This record gives sequence, C-alpha cells and structure tokens, in this order.
Amino acid sequence: MRAILHSDLNCFFASVEELYHPELARGPMAVCGDPDQRHGIILAKNEQAKGLGVKTGEAIWQARQKCPDLTLQPAHGYLYVRCSDLVRSIYEEYTDLVEPYGLDECWLDVSANLQPPVRIAEEIRRRVREELGLTVSVGVSYNKVMAKLGSDYKKPDAVTIIKPQDLGTMIWPLPLSALFYCGPRTARKLARINIRTIGELAQCEAGYIQKILGKNGLSLWNFANGVDSSEVRPAGEQEDIKSVGNSTTLPSDLHNREEVKRTFLRLADKVASRLRKAKMVCRGVQIYVRDTELLSIERQSKLYMSTCVTRTLYEQAMQLFDQHYFWQRPIRSLGLRAIDLIEENQDRQLSFLTDFKEEERWREAETAIDKVRERHGNEAVTRDFRYCRGSDNHAVASELYRSKDKTGRLADQHVLPLGFQALNE
Amino acid sequence: MLRRVYIDVLAQFHAGRVRPVSLTLADGRRYVIDRITDVRRAPAKSGGAGLRYTCVILERQVALYFDEWENVWWYDGRK
Repeated sequence: MRAILHSDLNCFFASVEELYHPELARGPMAVCGDPDQRHGIILAKNEQAKGLGVKTGEAIWQARQKCPDLTLQPAHGYLYVRCSDLVRSIYEEYTDLVEPYGLDECWLDVSANLQPPVRIAEEIRRRVREELGLTVSVGVSYNKVMAKLGSDYKKPDAVTIIKPQDLGTMIWPLPLSALFYCGPRTARKLARINIRTIGELAQCEAGYIQKILGKNGLSLWNFANGVDSSEVRPAGEQEDIKSVGNSTTLPSDLHNREEVKRTFLRLADKVASRLRKAKMVCRGVQIYVRDTELLSIERQSKLYMSTCVTRTLYEQAMQLFDQHYFWQRPIRSLGLRAIDLIEENQDRQLSFLTDFKEEERWREAETAIDKVRERHGNEAVTRDFRYCRGSDNHAVASELYRSKDKTGRLADQHVLPLGFQALNE
Repeated sequence: MLRRVYIDVLAQFHAGRVRPVSLTLADGRRYVIDRITDVRRAPAKSGGAGLRYTCVILERQVALYFDEWENVWWYDGRK
C-alpha cells in the first residue's frame, strides 16, 4: 500500500503576513487585493476573521459588514513564493516525489522512505512551525484524494490519518463539497437527486452518476469510494501545459472598441511571449469578457494555422469580440487564452489562406524582442498602439514597436519588425 | 513588542557556511562574538524568519538573525 501525505499550509497568505508583522495577529485580519486597481477581494484571512464569517473571494465591503474591525493587509506575492519554496525544501528532504498544488499545498509520496509515514508527517508539522513560524495540516493516507481529505479534516496544525477501514466512519458522513474536484455546481447537480454526502455518492450506481455528470462523474464516484491510482509527480516535473492565458481587470471600465483593442493587444503580447517561452504554438483562441454587471461570456474559435504570433492572436480575439459582444454595458475585465496547444516543432497544418512567410517573419521578429526583454527587462521594447486613419485593418497598420534609448526614455525612432511597413502619419 | 534592530556584521564565509565574527551597533560600538552555540532556521519574535545564530558575547547570550534573500542581519530589540 502506498503512503501519501498531503500537506496544506494553514491560512497561508495571512500566516505569512502575521509572521512578518506580528502585531497583525492580535485581531481579525485579511489579505486583500488593491481596491484602487479594482482587485478589492479577500485573498486570505486569519483564524479570527474566519471565525467571524469572513470568506475568501468575497468583496472587501462584504467582509467589512461582517467584521467592522477587520484589518486589511495588502498582498506580498514575493514573500509567499519565498516561504512556499522554503517549506518545499523541507518536504524534499523526505522524498523526491513532491507534487505542488498551488503555493500552499503539496502531495508527498513517502512510500520508499524507511520511516513510518505518520512520524514523517509529525516531523514536517513540527519543523515547519519551529523553523518557519507557519503551521501545516497533514493528511496521511493511501492515495492522493484520501490524503487531501485528511489534511482538510482537522485544522490548523494537525495530522490526520485515514486508513481504508476509516472510509465509512470518517469520510462518508462529510458533505460532497469536501471531495476533491467536486465544485459547487456539481454539488448542486447532485443535490437535485438527493445526494448530499460523500457516502450517498459512494453508494449509488457508478453508471447512474456517469449518466448525470459524464466521465467526470465516474472519477468522482471512484474518489467517494476511496479509489484513486494517480501518481505523485516528481519535484520539478511540470504538468503538460493545456492552455496559456492572461486576463486583466481594468482600473476603469472600457467604453469603446479602441480601448478594447489596446487591451487585447497587450494581452496577446503577453500570451504569445509565454507561448514562445514554452516552445508551444496554439491552434485556437478563447476570449473572456466581463461587463460592469459582472456578467461574463467566453467564446473561442479555431485558427487556420497554428501560431505563437501576437498579431494573429490579437486579430482572432478582436474578431471574436466583434462577433459576440454587443456593448450592452461597459467592460470591466478582459481575458485572452491560447488553446489547443501543440509543441512548436511538431508537424503543423499549413494553410493557403494566410501568408505563411509573413507569419514566420513576425515570429522571428518577436523572438528577437523576447531576447531583448529577457536581457533588459519588459519595458526595453514596448508596443505602441496607434489608430490608423482610414483603415480598420487593426494590427498590421496600427501596431508599432518602440525601444528605449540609453537614458531609458522612449526613442523617437520607431523600431519596426521585419515585414512591417511604416505608417505615413 | 519587539522590533528588528538591524546591525552591521563582519562574517566569515567558509565551505558554503556563513559565520558571524563581530557586530557593530548603530552607535558604533563593536562586539566580538565569543562563541556560537547553535545555528538553525527559526522565526524571529520581531517578525520574519531567517537563520538564527545563538551567540555568546561577553558572557551574554544573543540571538542574531540572518536573512539570506535580503542579506540583512538583525536582533530582536525592545520598542
């Protein structure tokens, strides 16, 4: 039988803030995004705020209604990454099989370790507290799903052991929401057929659940019965990239197409650059638009030719936007995602409809820009978006690159990528 | 409550390890570290965490902290 641990750092962001600012631990405190940037939601809260009903993901004003004395602390991402790395280096002293799940959670396969898994779990818990001043909850079990349920079972600073024989007594009475991969929508769907606990799901016919939830239903049914054969991936090994996307909530709402063009061009630039870094190309584009009433749409389409070029992603995104958004309300957030990825050097489907040579020239130019940015920072070469009079052929004519001179100021001379025609202004 | 008191430290780097040799306070007073009795990673009461050196200076025990990322040394001082 395998020995799997799931270690979860308790109230991670809030605990790190309390570690660096001990005075924050005296009362209810929450880590939040910047309200001026319209990122004003609760990212994490300490135990006291949790006790008063403050929830992760809710707006600051909602949290303040529940807890008027709530202290708000801005997030410090670099500290969280640093603490997470330190905790992981402790885990890696016990096994090479350490699979992170976000910054604050990890699975560890300690089957090959000669020490008993419970002793390892206790030692990890003690060391994280004594060396880093943080607390972890550790679940010890025979597979990843059960170990995760174990770490959620008792918090904070605890070790929970789940053996196969504990399934009926410990796990089955838990609500469905406690089960891994069972989100609120799935829980609602199952509640409609009177399935509310993990036990009720486990005792159903597998085929019946599959009929309702599709193939994910079968995995969920297996999890409810304590069956999960997925391996813990070795430390450093990354999961296959399925898509690359960036989104942004804008400091002020977008009211016209020009502003949308600017935002999509910026997003496409980021996404294309990440694609090239991962040595991938995409065969489809997905956009996400959220309006001021927080209603959102997601639309996607296939590309004629796989690409990692900003201009192609941008043009496809604008085409999707024009087809599907009708300006009922101003826009609050936009997102762009490159989907259906394949490796760059994999055989690609070429197209007669697009100019392959032109595409290749853009790719070369943008790869050169990536190198400059890598060496001199992202601001070394920036995109300059200009509206081209008398033409709506957005990207080709209206997109320019600007470079910085030695003093750091933007140069008056535009640097034009290969295959680019200068604008006659 | 305690606060971080940053200090200048003269340290010896040997075989990948750092060892403080002497420290200088803000007012210029300099103390030689007589002994180091313990080195471990630990959280500081004044906030943050780092490598904690338990040092003996003039028969008194002092905990010095070293943050490898920020390259700073400090001890827990009174506010």
